[in-house]
Amino acid sequence: MNAYIDVTWSSLLIAASLLIANLVLSAVLRLGMGRRLLVAGARMVVQLFLLGLVLEWVFESANGPAVLALGLLMGGVAGVTAVRRTSIRFPAAYLDSVVVIVTTAFLVTGVSVLGILKPTPLWDPQYVIPLLGMLLGNALTGISLGLDRFLTGVLRDRTRVEGFLALGATRWEAAQEEVREALRVGLIPTVNSMLVMGIVSLPGMMTGQILAGAAPADAVRYQIMIVFMIAATVSTATFGVTMLAYARIFTSDHRLRSAGELGIQLD
Amino acid sequence: MPILAAVDLGCRLPSGWIWRGITLSLSAGDRAVLTGPSGTGKSLLLRTLCGLDRLGEGHVLFRGESPRGHDVPDFRARVMYVQQQPLLIPGTVQDNLDLPTRFKVHARRESGEGENGGRAGDLLAQIGKPADFLEQRASVLSGGEGQVVGIVRALLLHPDVLLLDEPTAHLDPETTRRVEEVVLEWVGAGDRALLWTSHDPAQVDRVRRGSRIQLGGVA
Repeated sequence: MNAYIDVTWSSLLIAASLLIANLVLSAVLRLGMGRRLLVAGARMVVQLFLLGLVLEWVFESANGPAVLALGLLMGGVAGVTAVRRTSIRFPAAYLDSVVVIVTTAFLVTGVSVLGILKPTPLWDPQYVIPLLGMLLGNALTGISLGLDRFLTGVLRDRTRVEGFLALGATRWEAAQEEVREALRVGLIPTVNSMLVMGIVSLPGMMTGQILAGAAPADAVRYQIMIVFMIAATVSTATFGVTMLAYARIFTSDHRLRSAGELGIQLD
Repeated sequence: MPILAAVDLGCRLPSGWIWRGITLSLSAGDRAVLTGPSGTGKSLLLRTLCGLDRLGEGHVLFRGESPRGHDVPDFRARVMYVQQQPLLIPGTVQDNLDLPTRFKVHARRESGEGENGGRAGDLLAQIGKPADFLEQRASVLSGGEGQVVGIVRALLLHPDVLLLDEPTAHLDPETTRRVEEVVLEWVGAGDRALLWTSHDPAQVDRVRRGSRIQLGGVA
């Protein structure tokens, strides 16, 4: 009694075949994206397949600890991936990123679950897991863009920040512009998508709900809620990770630590 | 009590100690000189003195105290390190001279910008720069002109000690003499001291009145 048309496993082959055109193009023009597309595509299929299995089990059991464990696992992977995508990173950033992304995403999900949706039970995976997933995915992008911008800005060109410090700037005065830049860059995807949402792009979640048979007006309200949650999560998480990185790369004596001290290999 | 003292400083790089056992004392009027071949850690020593690099071992004392925590920005405003290629921000020379007023430590210490504006012009004139130099874009300055901006910017902040890293490396002989004159005049006019890095023996003779630190050459 589905309100929507099933996509069968075999029919997915048609969608996959669309990628082949891109692979051919890449091979002909030697763009080198063939391998990466293949790997990313394969990962996506395997990950989603596994997720489907896990979700089905979690949804059926609907017990709190299982939902929590899945949420933490998703948060951990998101936090680590966010840091791994930056061009400069130091080991401690992984922990910072995981702690921040889990805290903010859980907090925002908690607010919306307790204050807006109020499902029973409160940890109902049907609501909690998709919300959490969307927040984590967006926070991941924000963190990696922001952190990359911040560390590149400060550490690739130390002369600027150290020039400020030498003139008597505090570490905050020396780094403030870079922090601001990091936040601006980290929020670009979120802000851009909000600007054109509904005009250029039909948001994924809303599309999904409509495909699943929800009334567009309901889907729109869900989408608006989710976008506010995303914006709040991305800005808080990007700010949090950037500030923790700031605290790690500067000492309380207003000194910018060397790459060696931070465990960074700069080329 | 010396204005700036360093006791048994050591700097260790992954490859080993680059220098060790450096002791230095700068009192009012002292004009110490730091020499040594390239790569012997002269800049590292200046950076360590003003706390931009980690102290491997030893102590740095400013008027008898080790600067820590909140005191460090104020310490750096008083013991001012001028890099060999000073930081220039986009904008005019004037913007670059005004750069430090963004920082709390200078906002507190300075009041009359007009007075400073005049003083900047005087200093630049003494070094042989025309009045419209202040309006030049920093992006078109030569390496030597950048050094002049760095030194004048530092002098305008009334530091107690100047740590100059080969301040005339990119200057012609005439301008070099003028810069020396301005800096030596500054150091003679109060409770001030100077540490000057140089490769040029003749310049060392002209500048030095006080200790000389020689880096490198020791196996």
